[in-house]
Amino acid sequence: MTNMLSLRDFYGKTLVELGRSNKDVVALDCDLSGSTRTSMFAKEFPDRFFNMGVAEQDMMGTAAGLAAGGKIPFASTFAIFATGRAWEQIRQSIAYPDANVKIVASHGGITVGQDGPSHQAGEDISLMRSIPGMTVIVPADAHEAADAVRWAASHVGPVYIRLTRDKFPVVYDEKKTFAVGKSTSLKKGKDLTFVACGMLTYVALEAEKMLANDGISAGVIDMASIKPLDEQAVLDAAVETGAIVTAEEHSIIGGLGSAVAETVSEKHPVPVIRAGIPDTYLSSGTPEELMEAAHLTPKGLADCARRALALKKKK
Amino acid sequence: MKKTDNVSELAEIARQIRINVLKMIHLAASGHPGGSLSAVEILVSLYFSKMNHSPSHSKTDKRDKFVLSKGHGAPVLYSVLAKCGYFPEEELWTLRKFNSTLSGHPYAPSTPGVEITTGSLGQGLSQANGLALAGRLNKDDSIVYCLMGDGETQEGQIWEAAMTASHYKLGTMVAFIDNNELQIDGFVRDIMGIEPIAKKWEAFGWHVQEIDGHDFGAISSAIEKAKAEKERPSLIKCRTVKGKGVSFMENLAKWHGTAPNADELKKALAELGVA
Repeated sequence: MTNMLSLRDFYGKTLVELGRSNKDVVALDCDLSGSTRTSMFAKEFPDRFFNMGVAEQDMMGTAAGLAAGGKIPFASTFAIFATGRAWEQIRQSIAYPDANVKIVASHGGITVGQDGPSHQAGEDISLMRSIPGMTVIVPADAHEAADAVRWAASHVGPVYIRLTRDKFPVVYDEKKTFAVGKSTSLKKGKDLTFVACGMLTYVALEAEKMLANDGISAGVIDMASIKPLDEQAVLDAAVETGAIVTAEEHSIIGGLGSAVAETVSEKHPVPVIRAGIPDTYLSSGTPEELMEAAHLTPKGLADCARRALALKKKK
Repeated sequence: MKKTDNVSELAEIARQIRINVLKMIHLAASGHPGGSLSAVEILVSLYFSKMNHSPSHSKTDKRDKFVLSKGHGAPVLYSVLAKCGYFPEEELWTLRKFNSTLSGHPYAPSTPGVEITTGSLGQGLSQANGLALAGRLNKDDSIVYCLMGDGETQEGQIWEAAMTASHYKLGTMVAFIDNNELQIDGFVRDIMGIEPIAKKWEAFGWHVQEIDGHDFGAISSAIEKAKAEKERPSLIKCRTVKGKGVSFMENLAKWHGTAPNADELKKALAELGVA
Protein backbone atom coordinates (compact mmCIF):
# COMPACT_ATOMS: atom_id res chain seq x y z
CA MET A 1 0.00 0.00 0.00
CA THR A 2 1.45 3.31 -1.07
CA ASN A 3 1.96 5.83 1.68
CA MET A 4 -0.38 8.78 1.02
CA LEU A 5 0.34 12.14 2.65
CA SER A 6 -1.37 15.50 2.46
CA LEU A 7 0.71 18.39 1.14
CA ARG A 8 -1.46 20.96 2.86
CA ASP A 9 -1.13 19.19 6.22
CA PHE A 10 2.62 19.37 5.84
CA TYR A 11 2.34 23.03 4.85
CA GLY A 12 0.32 23.79 7.97
CA LYS A 13 2.78 22.00 10.24
CA THR A 14 5.82 23.55 8.58
CA LEU A 15 4.33 27.03 8.80
CA VAL A 16 3.87 26.56 12.54
CA GLU A 17 7.52 25.44 12.86
CA LEU A 18 8.64 28.51 10.93
CA GLY A 19 6.45 30.68 13.14
CA ARG A 20 8.16 29.29 16.21
CA SER A 21 11.66 29.94 14.93
CA ASN A 22 11.00 33.36 13.35
CA LYS A 23 8.65 35.88 14.88
CA ASP A 24 8.50 37.82 11.61
CA VAL A 25 6.62 34.99 9.87
CA VAL A 26 2.94 35.94 9.56
CA ALA A 27 0.06 34.33 7.68
CA LEU A 28 -3.00 35.55 5.82
CA ASP A 29 -5.97 33.68 4.43
CA CYS A 30 -9.26 34.39 2.70
CA ASP A 31 -11.82 32.47 4.72
CA LEU A 32 -10.31 29.13 3.75
CA SER A 33 -7.87 28.66 6.61
CA GLY A 34 -9.35 25.28 7.51
CA SER A 35 -8.84 24.06 3.97
CA THR A 36 -5.39 25.55 3.37
CA ARG A 37 -4.29 24.58 6.92
CA THR A 38 -3.16 28.08 7.87
CA SER A 39 -5.66 27.49 10.70
CA MET A 40 -2.85 25.59 12.46
CA PHE A 41 -0.73 28.75 12.43
CA ALA A 42 -3.74 30.87 13.45
CA LYS A 43 -4.31 28.69 16.48
CA GLU A 44 -0.75 29.02 17.76
CA PHE A 45 -0.11 32.63 16.67
CA PRO A 46 -3.48 34.43 16.66
CA ASP A 47 -1.82 37.87 16.65
CA ARG A 48 0.24 37.01 13.59
CA PHE A 49 -2.62 35.58 11.55
CA PHE A 50 -4.90 37.79 9.49
CA ASN A 51 -8.10 36.42 8.09
CA MET A 52 -8.95 38.83 5.29
CA GLY A 53 -12.42 37.50 4.58
CA VAL A 54 -13.38 36.65 1.03
CA ALA A 55 -11.14 39.34 -0.48
CA GLU A 56 -8.16 37.96 -2.36
CA GLN A 57 -7.05 41.25 -3.93
CA ASP A 58 -6.91 42.93 -0.54
CA MET A 59 -5.08 39.93 0.92
CA MET A 60 -2.28 40.20 -1.65
CA GLY A 61 -1.98 43.96 -1.13
CA THR A 62 -1.98 43.63 2.65
CA ALA A 63 0.67 40.92 2.41
CA ALA A 64 2.80 43.27 0.29
CA GLY A 65 2.43 45.98 2.94
CA LEU A 66 3.37 43.57 5.72
CA ALA A 67 6.46 42.61 3.73
CA ALA A 68 7.35 46.29 3.29
CA GLY A 69 7.05 46.53 7.08
CA GLY A 70 9.67 43.77 7.52
CA LYS A 71 7.41 40.73 7.90
CA ILE A 72 7.53 37.44 5.99
CA PRO A 73 3.90 36.92 4.98
CA PHE A 74 2.51 33.60 3.80
CA ALA A 75 -0.74 34.25 1.92
CA SER A 76 -2.96 31.27 1.24
CA THR A 77 -6.21 30.43 -0.47
CA PHE A 78 -7.29 28.13 -3.31
CA ALA A 79 -5.03 28.28 -6.37
CA ILE A 80 -7.76 29.53 -8.69
CA PHE A 81 -8.57 32.56 -6.53
CA ALA A 82 -5.01 33.32 -5.45
CA THR A 83 -3.66 33.49 -8.98
CA GLY A 84 -6.76 34.36 -10.97
CA ARG A 85 -8.72 36.85 -8.89
CA ALA A 86 -5.62 38.61 -7.59
CA TRP A 87 -3.23 38.26 -10.54
CA GLU A 88 -2.75 41.97 -11.02
CA GLN A 89 -2.24 42.60 -7.30
CA ILE A 90 0.44 39.90 -7.32
CA ARG A 91 2.03 41.48 -10.37
CA GLN A 92 1.87 45.12 -9.25
CA SER A 93 2.04 45.07 -5.45
CA ILE A 94 4.19 41.96 -4.92
CA ALA A 95 6.38 40.91 -7.84
CA TYR A 96 7.16 44.30 -9.40
CA PRO A 97 8.58 45.79 -6.17
CA ASP A 98 10.09 42.37 -5.27
CA ALA A 99 8.03 42.14 -2.08
CA ASN A 100 8.96 39.26 0.20
CA VAL A 101 5.58 37.55 -0.01
CA LYS A 102 5.03 33.79 -0.17
CA ILE A 103 1.85 32.67 -1.87
CA VAL A 104 1.05 29.09 -0.94
CA ALA A 105 -2.07 27.97 -2.75
CA SER A 106 -3.94 24.76 -2.10
CA HIS A 107 -6.49 23.03 -4.33
CA GLY A 108 -4.48 23.39 -7.53
CA GLY A 109 -5.42 21.32 -10.56
CA ILE A 110 -8.41 19.09 -11.30
CA THR A 111 -8.15 16.80 -8.28
CA VAL A 112 -10.31 19.42 -6.55
CA GLY A 113 -12.87 17.25 -8.29
CA GLN A 114 -16.47 17.59 -7.26
CA ASP A 115 -16.45 21.40 -6.89
CA GLY A 116 -16.29 21.54 -10.68
CA PRO A 117 -14.41 23.67 -13.21
CA SER A 118 -15.14 26.91 -11.29
CA HIS A 119 -12.72 25.67 -8.63
CA GLN A 120 -10.29 23.67 -10.77
CA ALA A 121 -7.12 25.70 -11.35
CA GLY A 122 -5.53 24.69 -14.61
CA GLU A 123 -3.98 28.06 -15.36
CA ASP A 124 -2.20 29.05 -12.13
CA ILE A 125 1.31 27.91 -13.08
CA SER A 126 1.02 29.75 -16.37
CA LEU A 127 -0.27 32.90 -14.68
CA MET A 128 2.53 32.93 -12.11
CA ARG A 129 5.28 31.83 -14.46
CA SER A 130 4.71 34.79 -16.77
CA ILE A 131 5.36 37.32 -13.99
CA PRO A 132 8.98 38.55 -13.92
CA GLY A 133 10.71 37.85 -10.61
CA MET A 134 8.28 35.17 -9.44
CA THR A 135 9.60 31.79 -8.30
CA VAL A 136 7.17 28.96 -9.07
CA ILE A 137 7.32 25.65 -7.21
CA VAL A 138 5.10 22.59 -7.64
CA PRO A 139 6.26 19.95 -5.13
CA ALA A 140 5.99 16.24 -5.94
CA ASP A 141 4.88 15.16 -2.48
CA ALA A 142 4.34 16.27 1.08
CA HIS A 143 7.99 15.98 2.09
CA GLU A 144 9.13 18.09 -0.82
CA ALA A 145 6.31 20.56 -0.12
CA ALA A 146 7.49 20.99 3.47
CA ASP A 147 11.04 21.73 2.41
CA ALA A 148 9.91 24.08 -0.36
CA VAL A 149 7.97 26.04 2.27
CA ARG A 150 11.06 26.18 4.49
CA TRP A 151 13.14 27.32 1.52
CA ALA A 152 10.59 30.01 0.64
CA ALA A 153 10.81 31.45 4.14
CA SER A 154 14.58 31.74 3.87
CA HIS A 155 14.53 33.21 0.36
CA VAL A 156 14.02 36.95 -0.02
CA GLY A 157 11.52 37.65 -2.79
CA PRO A 158 8.13 36.51 -4.07
CA VAL A 159 7.42 32.79 -4.30
CA TYR A 160 4.41 30.81 -5.50
CA ILE A 161 3.99 27.27 -4.18
CA ARG A 162 1.20 25.15 -5.57
CA LEU A 163 -0.38 22.46 -3.40
CA THR A 164 -3.41 20.28 -3.93
CA ARG A 165 -6.45 19.20 -1.99
CA ASP A 166 -5.90 15.47 -2.15
CA LYS A 167 -3.27 13.38 -0.47
CA PHE A 168 -0.48 12.31 -2.80
CA PRO A 169 1.47 9.07 -2.82
CA VAL A 170 4.90 9.88 -1.42
CA VAL A 171 7.81 9.96 -3.83
CA TYR A 172 10.43 10.56 -1.16
CA ASP A 173 10.75 8.34 1.89
CA GLU A 174 11.21 10.88 4.61
CA LYS A 175 12.99 14.11 4.09
CA LYS A 176 13.50 15.75 0.77
CA THR A 177 15.69 18.78 0.27
CA PHE A 178 14.26 21.29 -2.16
CA ALA A 179 16.78 23.30 -4.17
CA VAL A 180 15.53 26.12 -6.33
CA GLY A 181 16.44 25.81 -9.99
CA LYS A 182 17.41 22.17 -9.46
CA SER A 183 15.46 19.08 -10.41
CA THR A 184 15.70 15.58 -9.01
CA SER A 185 16.51 12.66 -11.28
CA LEU A 186 14.43 9.77 -9.96
CA LYS A 187 15.18 7.31 -12.74
CA LYS A 188 17.71 7.31 -15.53
CA GLY A 189 16.38 6.24 -18.93
CA LYS A 190 17.70 5.64 -22.42
CA ASP A 191 14.73 6.05 -24.76
CA LEU A 192 12.90 9.07 -23.39
CA THR A 193 12.52 11.16 -20.24
CA PHE A 194 9.45 12.18 -18.27
CA VAL A 195 9.76 15.69 -16.86
CA ALA A 196 7.02 15.95 -14.27
CA CYS A 197 5.78 18.03 -11.37
CA GLY A 198 3.27 17.62 -8.58
CA MET A 199 1.37 14.34 -8.37
CA LEU A 200 2.33 13.52 -11.95
CA THR A 201 5.82 12.75 -10.72
CA TYR A 202 4.45 9.67 -9.00
CA VAL A 203 2.28 8.85 -12.03
CA ALA A 204 5.36 9.11 -14.26
CA LEU A 205 7.20 6.62 -12.04
CA GLU A 206 4.28 4.20 -12.49
CA ALA A 207 4.29 4.80 -16.26
CA GLU A 208 8.01 4.09 -16.32
CA LYS A 209 7.33 0.61 -14.86
CA MET A 210 4.67 -0.10 -17.51
CA LEU A 211 7.05 0.96 -20.27
CA ALA A 212 9.88 -1.12 -18.81
CA ASN A 213 7.65 -4.21 -19.20
CA ASP A 214 7.54 -3.41 -22.92
CA GLY A 215 11.29 -2.93 -23.10
CA ILE A 216 11.16 0.87 -23.20
CA SER A 217 13.60 2.66 -20.94
CA ALA A 218 12.18 5.91 -19.58
CA GLY A 219 13.85 8.39 -17.27
CA VAL A 220 11.88 10.38 -14.69
CA ILE A 221 12.73 13.88 -13.49
CA ASP A 222 10.92 15.69 -10.67
CA MET A 223 10.87 19.31 -11.86
CA ALA A 224 9.41 20.93 -8.76
CA SER A 225 11.23 24.16 -9.55
CA ILE A 226 9.30 25.32 -12.59
CA LYS A 227 10.68 28.81 -12.44
CA PRO A 228 13.61 29.03 -12.45
CA LEU A 229 13.60 25.84 -14.51
CA ASP A 230 16.49 23.39 -14.26
CA GLU A 231 17.36 23.96 -17.90
CA GLN A 232 20.53 21.90 -17.72
CA ALA A 233 18.60 18.81 -16.61
CA VAL A 234 16.09 19.32 -19.44
CA LEU A 235 18.86 19.71 -22.01
CA ASP A 236 20.74 16.70 -20.65
CA ALA A 237 17.55 14.66 -21.00
CA ALA A 238 17.08 15.95 -24.55
CA VAL A 239 20.64 15.05 -25.48
CA GLU A 240 20.78 11.71 -23.70
CA THR A 241 17.31 10.31 -24.51
CA GLY A 242 16.21 12.33 -27.54
CA ALA A 243 12.55 12.63 -26.50
CA ILE A 244 10.66 14.20 -23.62
CA VAL A 245 7.19 13.82 -22.15
CA THR A 246 6.13 16.53 -19.74
CA ALA A 247 3.49 15.67 -17.16
CA GLU A 248 1.53 18.07 -14.99
CA GLU A 249 -1.88 18.58 -13.46
CA HIS A 250 -2.20 21.87 -15.33
CA SER A 251 -3.29 23.08 -18.74
CA ILE A 252 -1.06 21.99 -21.58
CA ILE A 253 -0.80 25.74 -22.27
CA GLY A 254 1.67 27.79 -20.29
CA GLY A 255 2.79 25.41 -17.57
CA LEU A 256 5.68 22.98 -17.17
CA GLY A 257 5.14 21.59 -20.66
CA SER A 258 5.51 25.01 -22.19
CA ALA A 259 8.56 25.81 -20.08
CA VAL A 260 10.28 22.61 -21.18
CA ALA A 261 9.25 23.02 -24.83
CA GLU A 262 10.55 26.60 -24.86
CA THR A 263 13.93 25.48 -23.56
CA VAL A 264 14.23 22.41 -25.79
CA SER A 265 13.12 24.16 -28.98
CA GLU A 266 15.64 26.95 -28.51
CA LYS A 267 18.63 24.93 -27.38
CA HIS A 268 18.34 21.31 -28.46
CA PRO A 269 15.18 20.49 -30.43
CA VAL A 270 13.80 16.99 -29.84
CA PRO A 271 10.16 15.79 -29.69
CA VAL A 272 8.31 17.08 -26.61
CA ILE A 273 4.84 15.67 -25.84
CA ARG A 274 2.87 17.57 -23.23
CA ALA A 275 0.62 15.58 -20.93
CA GLY A 276 -1.71 17.86 -19.00
CA ILE A 277 -5.24 19.16 -18.72
CA PRO A 278 -6.68 19.64 -22.22
CA ASP A 279 -7.57 23.20 -23.25
CA THR A 280 -11.14 22.95 -22.03
CA TYR A 281 -13.30 22.96 -18.89
CA LEU A 282 -13.82 19.43 -17.68
CA SER A 283 -16.60 18.60 -15.25
CA SER A 284 -17.44 17.85 -11.68
CA GLY A 285 -16.47 14.36 -10.68
CA THR A 286 -14.13 12.37 -8.53
CA PRO A 287 -10.43 13.16 -8.82
CA GLU A 288 -9.94 9.71 -10.34
CA GLU A 289 -12.60 10.31 -13.00
CA LEU A 290 -11.10 13.67 -13.91
CA MET A 291 -7.52 12.42 -14.06
CA GLU A 292 -8.75 9.57 -16.28
CA ALA A 293 -10.59 12.09 -18.52
CA ALA A 294 -7.39 14.12 -18.89
CA HIS A 295 -5.39 10.90 -19.50
CA LEU A 296 -3.18 11.82 -16.54
CA THR A 297 -2.78 8.16 -15.60
CA PRO A 298 0.17 5.75 -15.90
CA LYS A 299 -1.39 4.39 -19.09
CA GLY A 300 -2.02 7.91 -20.42
CA LEU A 301 1.60 8.87 -19.84
CA ALA A 302 2.84 5.60 -21.36
CA ASP A 303 0.78 6.39 -24.48
CA CYS A 304 2.40 9.84 -24.62
CA ALA A 305 5.79 8.16 -24.33
CA ARG A 306 5.02 5.96 -27.35
CA ARG A 307 3.96 9.01 -29.35
CA ALA A 308 7.21 10.73 -28.42
CA LEU A 309 9.19 7.67 -29.48
CA ALA A 310 7.37 7.52 -32.83
CA LEU A 311 8.25 11.17 -33.47
CA LYS A 312 11.83 10.54 -32.45
CA LYS A 313 12.11 7.70 -35.00
CA LYS A 314 10.65 9.87 -37.77
CA LYS A 315 13.29 12.49 -37.17
CA MET B 1 15.37 69.74 6.14
CA LYS B 2 13.45 72.26 8.17
CA LYS B 3 9.93 71.55 9.42
CA THR B 4 7.45 74.36 9.95
CA ASP B 5 3.88 75.02 11.03
CA ASN B 6 3.98 78.52 9.60
CA VAL B 7 1.29 78.77 6.93
CA SER B 8 3.05 81.36 4.79
CA GLU B 9 6.24 79.29 4.80
CA LEU B 10 4.26 76.21 3.79
CA ALA B 11 2.52 78.22 1.05
CA GLU B 12 5.91 79.27 -0.31
CA ILE B 13 7.09 75.63 -0.34
CA ALA B 14 3.86 74.68 -2.13
CA ARG B 15 4.52 77.32 -4.77
CA GLN B 16 7.99 75.92 -5.39
CA ILE B 17 6.62 72.36 -5.52
CA ARG B 18 4.06 73.42 -8.13
CA ILE B 19 6.80 74.98 -10.24
CA ASN B 20 8.84 71.78 -10.17
CA VAL B 21 5.79 69.60 -10.90
CA LEU B 22 5.07 71.61 -14.04
CA LYS B 23 8.70 71.74 -15.15
CA MET B 24 9.27 68.02 -14.73
CA ILE B 25 6.08 67.04 -16.56
CA HIS B 26 6.93 69.47 -19.37
CA LEU B 27 10.43 67.98 -19.70
CA ALA B 28 9.02 64.46 -19.62
CA ALA B 29 6.49 65.52 -22.26
CA SER B 30 3.96 63.30 -20.51
CA GLY B 31 2.52 62.84 -17.04
CA HIS B 32 -0.34 63.98 -14.83
CA PRO B 33 -0.37 67.65 -13.83
CA GLY B 34 -4.03 67.99 -12.74
CA GLY B 35 -4.03 65.46 -9.93
CA SER B 36 -0.51 66.38 -8.88
CA LEU B 37 -1.44 70.05 -8.42
CA SER B 38 -4.62 69.20 -6.49
CA ALA B 39 -2.60 67.28 -3.90
CA VAL B 40 0.25 69.76 -3.31
CA GLU B 41 -0.99 71.18 0.01
CA ILE B 42 -1.72 67.71 1.41
CA LEU B 43 1.80 66.46 0.65
CA VAL B 44 3.52 69.68 1.70
CA SER B 45 1.67 69.62 5.01
CA LEU B 46 2.67 65.99 5.58
CA TYR B 47 6.32 66.16 4.58
CA PHE B 48 7.19 69.67 5.83
CA SER B 49 5.05 69.81 8.94
CA LYS B 50 3.32 66.68 10.15
CA MET B 51 5.23 63.52 9.39
CA ASN B 52 8.02 62.05 11.47
CA HIS B 53 10.40 61.24 8.64
CA SER B 54 13.90 62.06 7.50
CA PRO B 55 16.06 61.21 4.50
CA SER B 56 18.59 59.89 7.00
CA HIS B 57 16.14 57.38 8.49
CA SER B 58 16.97 53.83 7.51
CA LYS B 59 14.37 51.38 6.25
CA THR B 60 14.18 49.81 9.70
CA ASP B 61 13.81 52.99 11.75
CA LYS B 62 10.49 53.97 13.28
CA ARG B 63 9.01 56.61 11.06
CA ASP B 64 5.68 57.74 9.66
CA LYS B 65 5.03 56.39 6.20
CA PHE B 66 3.22 57.77 3.19
CA VAL B 67 1.57 55.72 0.46
CA LEU B 68 0.56 57.47 -2.76
CA SER B 69 -2.25 55.16 -3.77
CA LYS B 70 -3.11 57.50 -6.65
CA GLY B 71 0.28 56.73 -8.14
CA HIS B 72 -0.17 59.00 -11.16
CA GLY B 73 0.44 61.86 -8.73
CA ALA B 74 4.11 60.80 -8.76
CA PRO B 75 5.38 64.25 -9.83
CA VAL B 76 4.16 65.93 -6.64
CA LEU B 77 5.61 63.13 -4.51
CA TYR B 78 8.96 63.29 -6.30
CA SER B 79 9.09 67.09 -6.03
CA VAL B 80 8.41 66.92 -2.31
CA LEU B 81 10.95 64.14 -1.73
CA ALA B 82 13.63 66.06 -3.64
CA LYS B 83 12.93 69.19 -1.63
CA CYS B 84 13.21 67.14 1.58
CA GLY B 85 16.64 65.96 0.44
CA TYR B 86 15.90 62.32 -0.44
CA PHE B 87 17.65 62.84 -3.77
CA PRO B 88 19.08 65.79 -5.74
CA GLU B 89 16.62 68.14 -7.41
CA GLU B 90 18.32 67.60 -10.79
CA GLU B 91 16.93 64.07 -10.85
CA LEU B 92 13.46 65.56 -11.22
CA TRP B 93 14.30 66.48 -14.79
CA THR B 94 14.80 62.78 -15.62
CA LEU B 95 11.17 61.89 -14.83
CA ARG B 96 9.88 59.10 -17.11
CA LYS B 97 13.16 58.86 -19.01
CA PHE B 98 14.71 55.49 -19.84
CA ASN B 99 16.56 54.12 -16.79
CA SER B 100 15.65 57.12 -14.63
CA THR B 101 15.28 56.51 -10.91
CA LEU B 102 11.95 58.35 -11.24
CA SER B 103 9.54 55.99 -12.97
CA GLY B 104 6.25 57.23 -14.41
CA HIS B 105 4.56 55.92 -11.28
CA PRO B 106 6.15 55.40 -7.85
CA TYR B 107 8.54 52.46 -7.68
CA ALA B 108 9.94 51.93 -4.20
CA PRO B 109 13.08 49.96 -5.14
CA SER B 110 14.49 52.77 -7.30
CA THR B 111 13.43 55.99 -5.62
CA PRO B 112 14.69 56.99 -2.15
CA GLY B 113 11.79 57.93 0.11
CA VAL B 114 9.13 56.05 -1.83
CA GLU B 115 7.82 53.47 0.65
CA ILE B 116 5.35 51.62 -1.56
CA THR B 117 5.07 50.89 -5.27
CA THR B 118 1.81 52.07 -6.84
CA GLY B 119 0.37 53.09 -10.17
CA SER B 120 -2.38 50.57 -10.74
CA LEU B 121 -5.27 52.29 -8.99
CA GLY B 122 -6.93 50.79 -5.94
CA GLN B 123 -3.93 48.93 -4.56
CA GLY B 124 -2.33 51.43 -2.18
CA LEU B 125 -4.77 51.29 0.72
CA SER B 126 -4.33 47.52 1.14
CA GLN B 127 -0.56 47.98 1.26
CA ALA B 128 -0.92 50.84 3.72
CA ASN B 129 -3.00 48.50 5.92
CA GLY B 130 -0.19 45.95 5.73
CA LEU B 131 2.30 48.58 6.88
CA ALA B 132 0.01 49.49 9.78
CA LEU B 133 -0.40 45.83 10.78
CA ALA B 134 3.38 45.33 10.62
CA GLY B 135 3.76 48.43 12.80
CA ARG B 136 1.34 46.95 15.34
CA LEU B 137 3.35 43.72 15.49
CA ASN B 138 6.55 45.75 15.89
CA LYS B 139 5.01 47.81 18.69
CA ASP B 140 5.55 50.85 16.50
CA ASP B 141 2.65 53.28 16.59
CA SER B 142 3.95 55.44 13.75
CA ILE B 143 1.24 56.79 11.47
CA VAL B 144 0.63 55.38 8.02
CA TYR B 145 -0.74 58.01 5.63
CA CYS B 146 -2.40 57.07 2.37
CA LEU B 147 -3.64 59.37 -0.39
CA MET B 148 -6.32 58.12 -2.74
CA GLY B 149 -7.93 59.78 -5.71
CA ASP B 150 -11.69 60.18 -5.74
CA GLY B 151 -12.07 58.35 -9.03
CA GLU B 152 -9.77 55.69 -7.60
CA THR B 153 -12.39 54.74 -5.03
CA GLN B 154 -14.41 53.22 -7.87
CA GLU B 155 -12.03 50.24 -7.51
CA GLY B 156 -13.55 47.42 -5.49
CA GLN B 157 -10.27 46.67 -3.73
CA ILE B 158 -10.49 50.06 -1.98
CA TRP B 159 -13.64 48.89 -0.22
CA GLU B 160 -12.10 45.56 0.69
CA ALA B 161 -9.24 47.52 2.25
CA ALA B 162 -11.68 49.93 3.91
CA MET B 163 -13.28 46.93 5.63
CA THR B 164 -9.88 45.57 6.66
CA ALA B 165 -8.69 48.82 8.26
CA SER B 166 -11.91 49.02 10.21
CA HIS B 167 -12.04 45.34 11.16
CA TYR B 168 -8.48 45.42 12.47
CA LYS B 169 -9.08 48.77 14.21
CA LEU B 170 -6.13 50.43 12.52
CA GLY B 171 -6.03 53.63 14.52
CA THR B 172 -2.64 54.49 13.02
CA MET B 173 -4.17 54.74 9.54
CA VAL B 174 -4.84 58.25 8.24
CA ALA B 175 -6.13 58.25 4.67
CA PHE B 176 -7.01 61.16 2.41
CA ILE B 177 -9.23 61.40 -0.62
CA ASP B 178 -8.12 64.06 -3.09
CA ASN B 179 -11.68 64.96 -4.01
CA ASN B 180 -11.08 67.08 -7.10
CA GLU B 181 -14.23 65.60 -8.71
CA LEU B 182 -12.55 64.86 -12.02
CA GLN B 183 -11.19 61.73 -13.63
CA ILE B 184 -9.75 61.11 -17.09
CA ASP B 185 -13.05 60.82 -18.92
CA GLY B 186 -14.79 63.71 -17.15
CA PHE B 187 -16.59 64.48 -13.91
CA VAL B 188 -16.60 61.64 -11.40
CA ARG B 189 -20.36 62.12 -10.92
CA ASP B 190 -20.92 61.52 -14.64
CA ILE B 191 -18.54 58.60 -15.06
CA MET B 192 -19.42 56.59 -11.94
CA GLY B 193 -20.80 58.44 -8.98
CA ILE B 194 -19.14 57.83 -5.61
CA GLU B 195 -21.27 60.03 -3.35
CA PRO B 196 -22.08 60.13 -0.54
CA ILE B 197 -18.38 59.72 0.16
CA ALA B 198 -18.43 60.62 3.84
CA LYS B 199 -21.45 58.46 4.65
CA LYS B 200 -19.97 55.50 2.84
CA TRP B 201 -16.69 55.63 4.77
CA GLU B 202 -18.54 56.21 8.03
CA ALA B 203 -20.67 53.17 7.28
CA PHE B 204 -17.47 51.21 6.75
CA GLY B 205 -16.41 52.14 10.29
CA TRP B 206 -14.06 55.03 9.62
CA HIS B 207 -13.67 58.33 11.45
CA VAL B 208 -14.40 60.87 8.70
CA GLN B 209 -13.64 64.59 8.35
CA GLU B 210 -14.33 66.88 5.40
CA ILE B 211 -12.02 69.82 4.78
CA ASP B 212 -10.70 72.25 2.19
CA GLY B 213 -7.69 70.35 0.87
CA HIS B 214 -5.81 73.55 0.00
CA ASP B 215 -6.09 75.09 3.50
CA PHE B 216 -2.96 74.33 5.54
CA GLY B 217 -4.69 75.16 8.82
CA ALA B 218 -7.58 72.82 8.05
CA ILE B 219 -5.24 70.02 6.92
CA SER B 220 -3.15 70.38 10.06
CA SER B 221 -6.02 70.27 12.50
CA ALA B 222 -7.70 67.40 10.65
CA ILE B 223 -4.49 65.36 10.88
CA GLU B 224 -4.25 66.06 14.60
CA LYS B 225 -7.84 64.92 15.13
CA ALA B 226 -7.21 61.84 13.01
CA LYS B 227 -4.10 60.96 15.02
CA ALA B 228 -6.07 61.32 18.25
CA GLU B 229 -8.52 58.67 17.02
CA LYS B 230 -6.90 55.44 18.24
CA GLU B 231 -9.63 52.85 17.68
CA ARG B 232 -10.72 53.62 14.14
CA PRO B 233 -8.96 54.39 10.88
CA SER B 234 -9.42 57.99 9.78
CA LEU B 235 -10.44 59.40 6.45
CA ILE B 236 -9.92 63.05 5.56
CA LYS B 237 -12.02 63.96 2.55
CA CYS B 238 -10.26 66.90 0.94
CA ARG B 239 -12.22 69.17 -1.37
CA THR B 240 -9.64 70.12 -3.95
CA VAL B 241 -9.34 71.73 -7.34
CA LYS B 242 -7.81 69.70 -10.13
CA GLY B 243 -4.95 71.69 -11.65
CA LYS B 244 -4.94 74.05 -8.64
CA GLY B 245 -2.70 77.08 -9.01
CA VAL B 246 -2.69 77.32 -12.80
CA SER B 247 -5.79 79.17 -14.00
CA PHE B 248 -6.10 77.47 -17.36
CA MET B 249 -5.65 73.98 -15.88
CA GLU B 250 -8.15 74.30 -13.04
CA ASN B 251 -11.22 72.05 -13.12
CA LEU B 252 -10.52 70.64 -16.56
CA ALA B 253 -10.34 66.87 -17.08
CA LYS B 254 -8.11 67.55 -20.08
CA TRP B 255 -5.24 68.32 -17.69
CA HIS B 256 -5.48 64.94 -15.98
CA GLY B 257 -2.81 63.47 -18.18
CA THR B 258 -1.52 66.13 -20.57
CA ALA B 259 1.90 67.73 -20.35
CA PRO B 260 2.14 71.50 -20.80
CA ASN B 261 4.03 72.58 -23.92
CA ALA B 262 6.67 75.33 -23.77
CA ASP B 263 4.17 78.20 -24.09
CA GLU B 264 1.79 76.69 -21.58
CA LEU B 265 4.64 76.09 -19.15
CA LYS B 266 5.76 79.71 -19.47
CA LYS B 267 2.22 80.96 -18.81
CA ALA B 268 1.78 78.61 -15.88
CA LEU B 269 5.11 79.54 -14.29
CA ALA B 270 4.30 83.23 -14.71
CA GLU B 271 1.13 82.67 -12.70
CA LEU B 272 3.31 81.07 -10.03
CA GLY B 273 5.54 84.12 -9.88
CA VAL B 274 8.38 82.93 -12.09
CA ALA B 275 9.56 85.82 -14.21
